[in-house]
Amino acid sequence: MQLVDLFRTIFSDPEVWQITILSLKLSGLGTLFSLLIGLPVGTLLAFGRFRGRSFFMSIVNAGMGLPPVVVGLAVAMLLWRSGVLGSLRLIYTPSAIVIAQTVIAAPVVTGLTAAALQQLNPRLRLQLLGLGASQTQVITHLWWEARLPLLAALMAGFGSVISEVGASMMVGGNIRYQTRVLTTAIVLETSKGQFDFAIALSVLLLTVTFLINLTLTWIQQRGARQ
Amino acid sequence: MSTVLEIHDLLVRLDKKIVLEIDALTVQNGEILAIVGPNGSGKSTLLLAVARLIKLERGVVSFDGSHVSGVTDTQYRRHLGLVLQEPLLLDTSVFDNVAVGLRFRKVPAAEVKLKVETWLKRFGIENLFKRPALKLSGGEAQRVSLARAFALEPELLLLDEPFRALDAPSRASLMDDLKAILAETSTTTIFITHDLKEAASLGDKMAVILRGKLMQYGTPEEVNARPKNDEVRSFLGLNS
Repeated sequence: MQLVDLFRTIFSDPEVWQITILSLKLSGLGTLFSLLIGLPVGTLLAFGRFRGRSFFMSIVNAGMGLPPVVVGLAVAMLLWRSGVLGSLRLIYTPSAIVIAQTVIAAPVVTGLTAAALQQLNPRLRLQLLGLGASQTQVITHLWWEARLPLLAALMAGFGSVISEVGASMMVGGNIRYQTRVLTTAIVLETSKGQFDFAIALSVLLLTVTFLINLTLTWIQQRGARQ
Repeated sequence: MSTVLEIHDLLVRLDKKIVLEIDALTVQNGEILAIVGPNGSGKSTLLLAVARLIKLERGVVSFDGSHVSGVTDTQYRRHLGLVLQEPLLLDTSVFDNVAVGLRFRKVPAAEVKLKVETWLKRFGIENLFKRPALKLSGGEAQRVSLARAFALEPELLLLDEPFRALDAPSRASLMDDLKAILAETSTTTIFITHDLKEAASLGDKMAVILRGKLMQYGTPEEVNARPKNDEVRSFLGLNS
């Protein structure tokens, strides 16, 4: 009964909803920006023939495993007042978290996009060109053909940012009502010894992540069945 | 009869190795040129060169009297239809697959519908129009691929061994239909094959390519009656 009461308390707390919505908003934006970077760059890596392509591909693949805390430190150094981008005054703002999360998710989306497109039959590109497709038409059709693994790239990108804590903590500062997201709130509650509250927030984070991935998986599998 | 395609002094190199070297080759309007040769002889490379899908080290491909370097690759390819060995259909319906080239050209939807229905019917697959293209049999899929190319009403049709992956009955049936459609539409065609019977049956002219070089050109009867040298004779399976 205690657990039920705890969840009732949490779900009736407007701050918890504010944190949850902020988490979704920031991670959603981070994923969106990583998609805007990762789709074209991944496509270029999959089909481009240029010097240094393999090296660049290795960098992207290595970037897929970037520790969020290291990204947080690097972004924080850029955004600190004394940093290169300090004049933008973004440190400890939601924008800083979006920037850091974009840096974390972009290599994941880029690498998985390149892998998804490289799995397609290489002659399909020739066939589309042979049917009179422009380069843009070729790319959009190849994205459509690879839509199932591309959705997996999207899910992986989102998963990498909704669950990270190090970068959000370092560049966001875990400021109440401003930059506190679910993961940083969990760290805070744990450090305060509020384990029940931390567990409840964790369950909430897992539920939100699960529901979003469930939706994306449903879309993906519906596509696969068709 | 006017010349639709003229090739001069063509050289293609892949990984520093010369894979195709053609001094001259022409295709006349309404003509079916069958290109024969063993696997790896450069037949498909020639087709890709004509479609501007491969980089030429040297040479000129003139299409319909105009030098191809005067237009963009996409504009040039929109005069062509291309069918490769595999059907290479998209993961969508049969209708959308046949419509794809027309949509690339921004043809109005009503016209797309009319043309797609016409060509699906002509290839005997009108009942499949709603089916997912990736669930078709090999023969059905290759019919869709051919309908997709014919729907464009190309000035030059490029066929790269379209029957290669098919079983014998599907092959014979599709060959008969294609022959009838080509005769009916008088579409200028380059037809790649390693099957000499197919070449003789379909081609008005035949070009033998061996080791990347054009060895002999003429009607199938001329080539079979008077092979230019022992290499051609051997490829044609004729006794010395």
